[in-house]
Amino acid sequence: MENEQIEKTTAIRLNQLTVAYEAQPVLWNVSVNIPKGRLTAIVGPNGAGKSTLIKSLINLIKPVAGEVDFIFEQTKDENYGNNKNLVAYVPQNGSVDWDFPTTVLDVVVMGRYGHIGWFKRPKKKDKALANEMLLKVGMADFKDKQISQLSGGQRQRVFLARALVQEAEIYLMDEPFQGVDAQTEKIIIQLLKELKTEGKTIVVVHHDLQTVPEYFDEVILINRELIGSGPVETTFTKELIAKTYRQNQTKPWEEE
Amino acid sequence: MNPVFEIQLIAVLVSVACALPGVFLVIRGMAMMTDAITHTILLGIVVAFFITQDLNSPLLIVGAAFVGILTVWLTELIHQTKLLDKDASIGIIFPLLFSIAIILITRYAGDVHLDTDSVLLGELAFAPFDRFIVFGMDIGTQAMYSMSIILVLLLLFIGFFYKELKLTSFDPLLAASLGFSPILLHYALMSLVSVTAVGAFEAVGSILVVAFMVGPPVSAYLLTNRLSYMLGISAGLGAFNSLVGFQLSMYFDVSIAGMIAVITGLTFMLIFIFSPKKGFIYEVHRKKQQQKSLKKALENRSN
Repeated sequence: MENEQIEKTTAIRLNQLTVAYEAQPVLWNVSVNIPKGRLTAIVGPNGAGKSTLIKSLINLIKPVAGEVDFIFEQTKDENYGNNKNLVAYVPQNGSVDWDFPTTVLDVVVMGRYGHIGWFKRPKKKDKALANEMLLKVGMADFKDKQISQLSGGQRQRVFLARALVQEAEIYLMDEPFQGVDAQTEKIIIQLLKELKTEGKTIVVVHHDLQTVPEYFDEVILINRELIGSGPVETTFTKELIAKTYRQNQTKPWEEE
Repeated sequence: MNPVFEIQLIAVLVSVACALPGVFLVIRGMAMMTDAITHTILLGIVVAFFITQDLNSPLLIVGAAFVGILTVWLTELIHQTKLLDKDASIGIIFPLLFSIAIILITRYAGDVHLDTDSVLLGELAFAPFDRFIVFGMDIGTQAMYSMSIILVLLLLFIGFFYKELKLTSFDPLLAASLGFSPILLHYALMSLVSVTAVGAFEAVGSILVVAFMVGPPVSAYLLTNRLSYMLGISAGLGAFNSLVGFQLSMYFDVSIAGMIAVITGLTFMLIFIFSPKKGFIYEVHRKKQQQKSLKKALENRSN
């Protein structure tokens, strides 16, 4: 019991996070602790604010209210802005132009840019690491290919390799299993579990309810507001899932 | 230096200077923005001229760059409301700012050398008349020097920020999460596009600036899968189009800028049709092969 207490220290602390693009909030008053060294799924229906939640953690979207603190191992500074290299973010792979004139290896090396810093060029070491990670995701043969020639699953594996070269403490992934083949899904989840054994924290926006118990340790159920969070065994229950996917959500921000 | 050589040198300098930022505009899906910027900067030039009353004042470039950025900013402001598409926002802002400039010129500056024809089509043939004189010595044309300075600026900017430009063009979300501000680089690039456009359009007119900024980069895009090669090929193609266009314009005794723009279009068409990996013929051939192999596979299955 005590061991588990220590193991389950927090990696990311959200306090009353509220995000709005227009008049209506996309996320309302979300307070939750994301545990360190665990695989956490963020689950909810379309438009529930899953991607928004991840983006607002790393300031890609400015919250209207609330705070986010990161608890890192390498530093006591809890501010994300000062420790961007310790957080690897994997956007949805549909968010980029895959006809862009660049190669697979080049895209993976981009994950090193944060470490390399302004002005400086990638070194041999960065390319070697990129090659190593491409091997890990089973894409070593594709390193000189133009990225437009990749399938959906291969694109996602390249994105994963790009996150791996960041050598971060916390990985935030937006729908990494969307539109990928079974083989890719297997490779990705295996690598995520490997990261976990290295003590990394992984947070994944996930939409396939069936695989949640098999893939994840923890789950955060959201539908604009937090419905529930905790270990999959206790939180991923029929009642809470039904509540998350209920059609007529109440609008808590309109209640007085 | 004789004027024929000078004109060609200016044309090559302008085309290379335009091709480099043009590559980034094309891969960012902003080709139409060049059209807008190359026209709206006129407003900046006109307003700066009214303030300084001097056509050679460097403030003209500052004013132009300012309006160039204003153009980008305004179109994005409208686009961000999600009430209008990006091209529709450009379609509103570009004519608005440009026509204000035209009205100001026709109303208040009718007697100055700021006529609308030369703005649109420029006149390369007259470029050698603007001399750069230092201590009473004629050391060449003004356009040659201004474009050389702009070209060096561009090379430094792209050289220093190549990695950052590539990242923010390809994946702005990742760039932001790694601490490379996409907005900062975006506006830096747009400022340079505006400055380049000002320098270029005085010599060659805004139509040719658009041809220079879009033509060679889209042609190069069809020839290579690497951004660095795309930059080199664009610059080379720009220079090639300028030289061939100039020679033909001499031969046929027609507008130099017009002929260069025509050659730019023609080389694009040729590359579009014959490019080995992304060309029209290759695509048709590839689709036919694919159909054949699929048919064969189906036949094998039914046998």
